[in-house]
Amino acid sequence: MDITAYIESGILELYVAGALSETENQEVYELMLKHPEILQEVLEIEAAVIKLTAATSRGVNSSLLSLIKEKLLFNKEDTKVVSITEPTYNWLTYAGWAATIILGVGLFWTLNQNTTLKSDLQTAESDLRAAEIEQSYLETQIADAKTDLEANKQLLSVLRSKDIISVPLGGQGDFANTYAKVYWDKETDRIYLDAQGLPEAPEGKVYQVWSLTLNPLSPTSLGIIEDFNTDDNKIFEITNANESQAFGITLEPEGGSESPTMEQLYTLGVVASAP
Amino acid sequence: MQLESLITKFQQKDQKAFEELYNMYSQSMQGVIYNIVRDNDIAEEIMQDVFIKAWNNSASYSAAKGRFFTWILNIARNAAIDKTRSKAFKNSRKNLDAEYFVDILQTSESLDDQMDAIGIKKFVSKLAKKCIEVIELLYFKGYTQQEASDELDMPIGTVKTRNRNCIKELRTIVLE
Repeated sequence: MDITAYIESGILELYVAGALSETENQEVYELMLKHPEILQEVLEIEAAVIKLTAATSRGVNSSLLSLIKEKLLFNKEDTKVVSITEPTYNWLTYAGWAATIILGVGLFWTLNQNTTLKSDLQTAESDLRAAEIEQSYLETQIADAKTDLEANKQLLSVLRSKDIISVPLGGQGDFANTYAKVYWDKETDRIYLDAQGLPEAPEGKVYQVWSLTLNPLSPTSLGIIEDFNTDDNKIFEITNANESQAFGITLEPEGGSESPTMEQLYTLGVVASAP
Repeated sequence: MQLESLITKFQQKDQKAFEELYNMYSQSMQGVIYNIVRDNDIAEEIMQDVFIKAWNNSASYSAAKGRFFTWILNIARNAAIDKTRSKAFKNSRKNLDAEYFVDILQTSESLDDQMDAIGIKKFVSKLAKKCIEVIELLYFKGYTQQEASDELDMPIGTVKTRNRNCIKELRTIVLE
């Protein structure tokens, strides 16, 4: 095939203009893949046409992109990094759904409230004030729910990442009915401890998390969970740079212990050897 | 980033990729739309529709069917032409048939800010009427080769070679 003649025919200019039939488009596409000089020609034609058409622009309003992004419901770019140690949300996306339902019911309720208010002119003013308070309360809740949903999504994406090692911790001895789970991100040397299966720590006691190596058995403290009882979702982010072979949780006197009190070993789980 | 992977990401609903493509093509699209409707507010309205449509229909794009630029150019031209056919638009606007893209270039005061303003102005001043017509129809108005051939009353082959020569000239000015 005579590439030069093909290029000189002017078909590529029409290709960029979108003036060809579907069959012709397909043909040009296949030739572009086969002949780099055809592709190069198309790229240059395209670049020139982009410049020409851009030159007839009266300038694009700089707020247009954000407007479009808003209409497309894009996420805000600057979502804050979620601090897992001080969460205000419940575990898993159920919370998100629950929040959505509450939100929907709430909105429906305000709508009804508004309708009632309109028909009730006598008490309108005081009721309206009350509704305003209620509405601003709901608005706060909606804002919170959105933040929570975002936080849950982030957490979920962390936990779903393929690089996460998940270690179930089973209840030990007297505490056989307790459980916990560790999600270990070796990349970032962090673990996420889901300790929902542990009872509240009694007065004067704290849970302490241990990283263990097995032969010989030697524990390294990863720290105590001071805010265990007040934490809503019982998920804790803990730094762990150890080559852990197992994780354990014991109940210790306030302030923690040097080494684990084995009688108070609640849960223990061995890390499955890496593939 | 390579255009291909950018487009793939865009089709996977990557918001960053969308923004990048927007930045690459929004000015061109605004130019094309403005040339058709000749009204900044209406053009902006159409711009929104175009990029929202592109996002929502991203799956319908395929490289085998044409260039990405051409794809979005088609969306933009169709949206703008649809608008000019609406009753409200017809009632409020004068007949735009006789206007060409070069009018904008010649009257635009902001043109000097633009990268290739001088080159493009030079191009326009040198451009023969036959080039203006053919470029207007094929790139700004989206005529097919047959439609352009009918409109200009010349064989398709002539449309093709004339257009090629015009674009060649444009390239030497803007791409050097």
